[in-house]
Amino acid sequence: MSQETLRIQKISAHAGSVPGQDTQREFQVCKLIDTTTCIGCKACEVACMEWNDLPFGATVFDNTYQTMPETRWNYWNLIKFNEHETEDGSLMWLMRKDQCMHCADPGCLAACPSDGAIVQYTNGIVDFQQEHCIGCGYCITGCPFNIPKFNAETKRVYKCTLCADRVGEGLEPACIKSCPTGCLHFGSKDDMKYLAETRAKQLRDHYNFAKAGVYDPPGVGGTGVIYVLHDVTEPENYGGLPKNPHVPLTVKLWKGPLKWLGNVAMIGGLIGLVVHYLRFGPKSREEEFEKKREGEQP
Amino acid sequence: MTAPPYGEHPAQAVPPGHILRYSYKERMVHWLAALSYIYLLLTGLAFWSPWLFWLAIALGGGQVSRMLHPWIGLLFIVGVVQMYGLWASQMRFDDVDRAWFRSMRHYIRNEDEQMPPVGRYNAGQKLLFWGFCICGILLFLSGLVLWFPEYIPWSLRWFRYIAVVVHASSALLTIGLFMIHVYMGVFAERGALDSVIYGDVTEDFAKRFHPGWYKELVGSAPRRK
Repeated sequence: MSQETLRIQKISAHAGSVPGQDTQREFQVCKLIDTTTCIGCKACEVACMEWNDLPFGATVFDNTYQTMPETRWNYWNLIKFNEHETEDGSLMWLMRKDQCMHCADPGCLAACPSDGAIVQYTNGIVDFQQEHCIGCGYCITGCPFNIPKFNAETKRVYKCTLCADRVGEGLEPACIKSCPTGCLHFGSKDDMKYLAETRAKQLRDHYNFAKAGVYDPPGVGGTGVIYVLHDVTEPENYGGLPKNPHVPLTVKLWKGPLKWLGNVAMIGGLIGLVVHYLRFGPKSREEEFEKKREGEQP
Repeated sequence: MTAPPYGEHPAQAVPPGHILRYSYKERMVHWLAALSYIYLLLTGLAFWSPWLFWLAIALGGGQVSRMLHPWIGLLFIVGVVQMYGLWASQMRFDDVDRAWFRSMRHYIRNEDEQMPPVGRYNAGQKLLFWGFCICGILLFLSGLVLWFPEYIPWSLRWFRYIAVVVHASSALLTIGLFMIHVYMGVFAERGALDSVIYGDVTEDFAKRFHPGWYKELVGSAPRRK
């Protein structure tokens, strides 16, 4: 409680909002990323590394302002830069903060074979417990957003925790705290949805973005991280954000019908063999065999 | 001592009334594949179901099992390739096998006197062999993908999606074959387990279960009254 009272409420000589102001901490938490007001400053990237004490790796220059092609085991928060030509020929810079989406129906968790290696808290945060991780990488296959990353040295998989440690203490995630434009918001899912829809409506009504909308994909049961996009019909333009993400069909098949079928077949097979042994027993010994043959060919 | 037909270890000695059925090399390869398969089965089942994860704990923990499973898998594949080299030519399906499948009902009911004169391997054993060869290749290829999922680029993620179902499905098929194989070898056909450990079977065993093979070896049909 004492920590919570020491959160910054006002800042002297500060242009803009107080980062993390009016954060609400309801049951289901949510991070809202308004891509239309992101300036690509990467303060969130730095804040993430600092708070989570991640060792810094080499950046990869690919002729954009992007730090590296995709997130890494020690780089959980990445601004994706995309130059996009609009229908009228003008150029837009699309910047999207990429990180774990904290799906309500997480593919990583469904695919994981190790007890307790991936958990989902009641506030919706999906968190990896590295001490239980066996390093099989099934979560990498289960994730529709290309988020979990393998560390070859520790043989464990890592990703954004939505700063579960901070959220548990009543704080907002580190990235939220660092955002200078107020494009990052954190609070209850309901509040963030409302805020996002309000902003999308504003963009549609007043800023000439007729297709502006909120990205909260239903294919994974909704996400704990939602976006406001200029054009919600083309999320791929934002560094490959999938249009209709869902847990891969084969992962569902493998963890659903195939598992059921396989278990029934294996148990049925064992029972069948025991029943066969009790009913027919082992194959006959020589004497019995000869006796039977005599009976057959007198 | 009957002359060994399939190559053998110099120290091999077969007691009177017995026939050498599996050469030293055949037995080595069999047990290389069998022991590695059993390890793969136990650790694989641990990853298959949370109810069986204790198997991984018992075998040294989840991390150790994850690390060793692919390496032991390589051993298993070496075994499968060796088995292919040893036995593929003897495992072709022929008319006797088709007749065997037709009268499989009798085989299941232990009415072996009504079975066609099978050669060195019956049709069921051939099915086991080809099942393990084909599933072995599938398990190997999908296993490679599952060994290093982090090296499969995002654009080729379909490899991973396919690998998880292929690995599980072909493993399940081999489990079915394995259960029947162990049951037949250890429980149903008395003498079969000894033959793959010590190499020899009794003449009586050969006459009853592999009359075609016996005839080929001895040069005469099994005696009939």
